[in-house]
This record gives sequence, structure tokens and C-alpha cells, in this order.
Amino acid sequence: MSSLADSSAGLHKPLLSQGIRSILLHVLIVVLLFLLYFALPVYHSGNLARILVLAVFAMGYNVLFGYTGLLSLGHALFFASGMYGFGLAIQFLDVLPGAAIFIGLLSAVAVSVVVGVLALRTTGVAFMIVTLMFAQAGYLTVLLFGEYTRGDEGFNIHRSDRVLFGFDLSQATNRYFCALILFAICLFLIAWLVHSRFGKTLVAIRENEERARMLGYDIQRHKLIAVIISGTLSGAAGVAYALLFGYAGASFAAVQYSILPLLYVLLGGAGTTIGPLIGTVFMFYLIDLSSDFASAYLSSEFASAYMLIAGIVLILLTMFAPQGFAGLLRSKYKWLP
Amino acid sequence: MAVGRAQRGVIEDSFLRASLLDFAWLSASTAGRNQTLMTDKIITSSNISRRTALKTLGAGAGALALAGTMPGMIGCANASDEPIKIGFQVHRTGIGAAYGRWYDRTTEAVVKRINSEGGINGRPIEIIAEDDGTDPKRGAEVVEKFANKHNCDIAFGTLFSHVVYGSAPRAGELAIPYFVVSEGHHVASGKLNRYTLQPGITDVKSQVEAMAPFIAENLGKKVTMIFPDFAFGHDHRDYFSAAFEAQGGQILEKIAIPPTETSFSKYFPKIPRDTEVIYHVMVGPAVLTFVKELGEFFGPSRPEIFGFIDSLEAVDLASPGLEFLEGTYFWEGNPRYAQAEQSEFDKVYREAVGVDENGASVSDAKDVSTYAHMFGCWETLYVVKAGMEAANYQGPKDRQKLIEAVEAMTDMPHSFEHPQGAKVFNGKTHQTFGHQYISKVTEGKLMLAHTTSIEDTLYEDEVDYTKMSF
Repeated sequence: MSSLADSSAGLHKPLLSQGIRSILLHVLIVVLLFLLYFALPVYHSGNLARILVLAVFAMGYNVLFGYTGLLSLGHALFFASGMYGFGLAIQFLDVLPGAAIFIGLLSAVAVSVVVGVLALRTTGVAFMIVTLMFAQAGYLTVLLFGEYTRGDEGFNIHRSDRVLFGFDLSQATNRYFCALILFAICLFLIAWLVHSRFGKTLVAIRENEERARMLGYDIQRHKLIAVIISGTLSGAAGVAYALLFGYAGASFAAVQYSILPLLYVLLGGAGTTIGPLIGTVFMFYLIDLSSDFASAYLSSEFASAYMLIAGIVLILLTMFAPQGFAGLLRSKYKWLP
Repeated sequence: MAVGRAQRGVIEDSFLRASLLDFAWLSASTAGRNQTLMTDKIITSSNISRRTALKTLGAGAGALALAGTMPGMIGCANASDEPIKIGFQVHRTGIGAAYGRWYDRTTEAVVKRINSEGGINGRPIEIIAEDDGTDPKRGAEVVEKFANKHNCDIAFGTLFSHVVYGSAPRAGELAIPYFVVSEGHHVASGKLNRYTLQPGITDVKSQVEAMAPFIAENLGKKVTMIFPDFAFGHDHRDYFSAAFEAQGGQILEKIAIPPTETSFSKYFPKIPRDTEVIYHVMVGPAVLTFVKELGEFFGPSRPEIFGFIDSLEAVDLASPGLEFLEGTYFWEGNPRYAQAEQSEFDKVYREAVGVDENGASVSDAKDVSTYAHMFGCWETLYVVKAGMEAANYQGPKDRQKLIEAVEAMTDMPHSFEHPQGAKVFNGKTHQTFGHQYISKVTEGKLMLAHTTSIEDTLYEDEVDYTKMSF
């Protein structure tokens, strides 16, 4: 009996440990994204560059929502902090792009610390509302200082200010690989984070905050660090958008850009490392293809009905795949990070 | 409503060969093709067939990635046997949807007319319309789609300034001419690039500055300005203040209203008692409340009031609460109501776009047009036609020639191509200048009271795009 049980256990023992599988998966994703640039038509590779930047935004959001269980409706503020930190530094401080990137990231860190310290005095729905209010205050601040920010119109960052280490980031190839490098750094960082002691503590807080506190963890400190990491990654996405696409504007600070990362994460799978990328790809092409579909089938008077198509698909997904795509995959492949 | 640089990469030899071949082909086939142009079949709103769309949707994102992997699949085919593809960036959803609906109808009408006249260089126009959601991020994506997926010859049609700002860098990088119909000062300010042009509608700076002499001479010298506290309002605040003071006038107060405001009564006590003229440019869904509350505040004794019709585009002047506007003045880009001295050009244009004498849709009197702005689509596409024909445009390789041809334009006479009025195009600033109209609300209708000269609208050049490289 004993040998039979051992043999049975041996049959189910995976060839590779969970950690190795996880590393291989993430490396494979990055390699695949590298190769896709050469395989895809220029339109789709251009889209993918933008998707990678937005996926970083979603990954930042996922740290707070997916792993820590804090639902924020204010992440547009972090994205805009990075975007305006970078853009305004270029416009008014006469600094090189590298220094402007640093200032952009620093802006996101600073805003994250302030928001974290104040908003974490609340929990649950109150946290959601407080973060929303912070983001709205940020949006109005951009409009208030319209003399510098050009308010709702925003401003362009010229090509000469988008040359980093000799690479002109307005060129398609340079732009794509810059986006990919940023994405890869964030992906590996988060993959490491969620396997670290700190990441597991965040999950413990998400699952049962009281139990984690009883076990002696400093909940507030962990949450604050999570807000800072989340906000900084979102800010990095804001910096990247302005740097790669040459525009900074107040619409990125508006509430819809707080909803979007939530949507990306929910669709892709909250609390999974690959979910944000899947959700962002899905959402981007859902809008793009449903727009094509409506243009092909409907007269111009009704072509805006593509939003209805997108809405119905989202409702169906919420009903039949509440865990998101990566969540569905994880129900079959338990080792998925 | 408010909006430059790029690259030169043409191989001269191949361009020359292609041009000669195209010319020979054109000579042989123009007659037959012009017959085709007479049909409406070629006036489409999209080049995506149902089968393609179904295939694409059915295949999903993964298959989509694989489906288009063949190099050159979306490359340039022999352009001369194909329609001129114009990517129409339209605000179908979002805050600009009311404008977008009428920009759409105007574009459809002008394309139908141009195609019935023989198209451009004998080729029909095909409009590929995409909603940008009145959002700068989606706007940039749409421009990429025009250039890289649909292989459009040009992009056109954007109204809202933030969408123009968000999209223009990508247009410049993709080297696709971007003809905006925005009335923003962004183009002429030099903040964009050589690929972005505004030849079909005047900009806010020229509009506002041209109002100052009329107001100072006819309405009063002491003005209080009420404007939305964002870029559009700030343009009015800055340009009008300077122009009005140059006329010997005085701005007593500048009242900025936050964009999220829904009630305005608390701002009205800030209006100085000796105000002779209120200048307002409120926009958005709360404008009816604004007018109603302004009426309640002043009652029967009010100062003169001057506004920009942007506040009431697509809004019926007979709407409850707007009675207070009787006797007030408005800037109009193009008179909404057919005037007694209506030009034959406006008559034809009005009929073609389906607008009645009151400025509403001929099929629905409640569907009021954006008549003060939408003519820009009509005129811009006629400029594109003239530019392409002057440049002997054959395909995307001639995009720079097209821009140079438009830059060389100057006088645009009042005509069927320019029904709003005569224009003067400034090739250096990529901006057109034209007459502005001031109307008075009389018995619930806007009746033309004054037409400015083009000279009233001119200002110093702020940029010379022709010196920028492509």
C-alpha cells in the first residue's frame, strides 16, 4: 500500500516547481512580446506599444486591488502625476528627458505617499470615496493651473524632447521596445513581489486583515507601501505615455482613467500577474473591433452603438467569468501566479 | 475646439516612375471611371466589409494577430486605381457628440457633391469614419488606424482641441496630413507640426479679436467677462481682453466658472454695477441653467449681452428659459437662420446638408444643427480637393506635395466651395482667416447685424511651418 501511494504521489508531482514555472511563464511572455513586434502588422504593433504602457498602469492598480484588496477609484491621479511631472519638467525646467523621467517618477511617489497616509485612515467604501475625491481634486488642480498645464487641452511634448540615450522614442521600433522594457521590468518586479514575504503578507491582509494583524503584521505599514508601489507603477505608466506618445492632458486625470485600470484588472483577472496584460489587450480590441463591426453594419447615425456592443460583452463576461480570464486559467492551472 | 513636424522619406526615382505610370493609366481610364463616380455606391462610411468585420470578430484577438502577419499586407497598393481614402475622426460619443453628428452629415453631403463632380483627380473620395469618443487617447489611436490599418491618404475632421492636441503628434510621426476643423488657436500658435493644417475654419483668436471693435462701438466700453475656467474660456479671456483694451475699452471683471459647476447664481453678484456689456462663452449642458439664472438675476433691466453661439450650438433658441436672450448678440461662424440676403452658395450648401431655414434638420425641426461650425468640414474637403489636384496627388507618397500645395494657397473666394464666405489662407501658419458674423436675437431668431471684414480677423504670425522639415 505504501509503495502504491508513493507511486501515485509521484505520478502527480510536477516536473517543474511552481517557482520555475512562474519564471518560465513570465520570460515566455516577454519573449513572445519581443517576437510579436516583428510578426505583427505595423498597426497592431503600434497598438501593442500603447497596450503595454496601459498594462503597466493596470499592473500598478493590481498591486493594490488584486493583491492587497484595496479598491481605489483614484489611480488617474497617480498616472497624471507621472505624466505631468515629466511633461511640466520638460516644458518649464529645461531638463533632459532622463531627468524629467526621474521628476515624473518622484512626483508619483510623493503623491502616493500623501494619498496613502491620508486615505488609509479609512477602509472599505470610504477608502474608495476618499481616493476618488483625491483624484478629482487632482483633476481640478490641473485645470486650475491651466496657465502652465494648458488645462483640458493639454500640450505636446516635441520629438526633440523624446530622445532618450540617443534613441528617438517617436520612432515606432524605439517606442515599442521602450514600452516592452518598462513592461518587462514591472512584470518581473511584481512576479518577484508576490512571491516575496512582503507580497504574501499583502495577500494575507486581503484574505483576512484581522487575522494578519493578530499574527503581528503591521497592517498600516504594509498597506502604505502597497499604495506607494501601486502609485509609482501607475505614475511610471503616465511618464511613459507622455514620453512615447508626446501628449499630456487633463483627460488622463479624469475619473474615467481611474475606472479603466479597474476594468482591465477585473477582466484580466485580479490578483494574477498576467491578468492586467490580458485585460488591457481584451478591452483595447473590444472597443476597436466593435467599432469596426458597427461601421460595417450600421449607418453613421447609429454607428456609436458599438459602445452598446462593448457594454453587452462586458456584462456577459462579468456574469460568466467573474474571476477574469487569468482567473479562469488559474482554476485549471493552480500554479499560475 | 481649439490645435507641429515630420520626416521626408520619398525615393525620388521610384516616385517618378510611379507618377508616369499613373499618368498613363489615368489618361486611358478617366472617362470610364467618371461614370462610376456618378453613382452613390462609392460614397461609403467605411471600407470594412461585413464579411471582414465578422471574420475579424469571430477570429478574436489571437487570430487577428496572426491574420495580418504577412509583410506588406497593408502596404500601399497601386494608389491611382483606388479611391482617395479620407480618415474622418468624428466625435460620435462623448462631449462632442452633437457636433460630431452634424460634422458627419456635412461630410457625407460634401463627399457626395465632390464625387458627383468627378471626385479628386478623377478618383472618388471614400470616407472612413471612426469615433474618437471626444477623447485624446482614442483620437491618437484613430489616427494610427487611419495611417497604418486603412492606409488613408489623409486624416480629417477633428473638432475638440484636446483631441487635436492628443492626435497631432502621431499624425506628424506617421507623416499623414491632418486637416482639423477645430477653430482652436493651436495650429496657428505653432504648437503642433507641419502635418497639421486648419484651412476650412477660422481660429478662436481671430474670431474673438474681430468682435472687439463691434462691441466697443455699438454695445459699450465696460465689459464683464463670464467664461468657463478651462483652456477654451482662457483663450477668450486673454485674446478678447487685449483686443478690447486696444479699442479703448475696459474689462471690469473676469469671472471664471469651474467646469463642474451646475448653478451660477452665486457668481452673478460679482458683476460690477457699472457693467455695460456682459461677454459670455459658457458651454456644456449647464448653459440653459446659466441663461435662465442670468435672466432671473437681472430681470427686465439688463446690460447689453454678447455671447458666442458655441454656447447654444445644437440648442433650439425656443427652449424654455432662453426668452431672456431676446435682444442680445451672438457671434456666429455662419448664420444659423437663412437671412433675407442669403447667398446662392449658402442656399445650395444648406439644402445639401439637410438644414432648413431655421437651422434645424429638414427631417426633424427639433434636431438643431451646429451651423456655425459644420461648414468647416465642407470647406476643408474642397481645400483638400484643390490641394490634391494642384499637387497631382497620386498616393501617400505625395503627402508632402499635398501639404506644400495647400501652403501655397492664399485667396479662397466666396463660392460653392466656400459657402460661409471668402477666406484668406496663411500658408506659414497653416490657418485660414475669414469673415465673422454677429447676429441679434430678434423675435426668437438670430438675425444678422454685422459682418466683419477679413482684415479685422488678422494678427501677427506666430510660426512659420514652411520652414520646418517634414
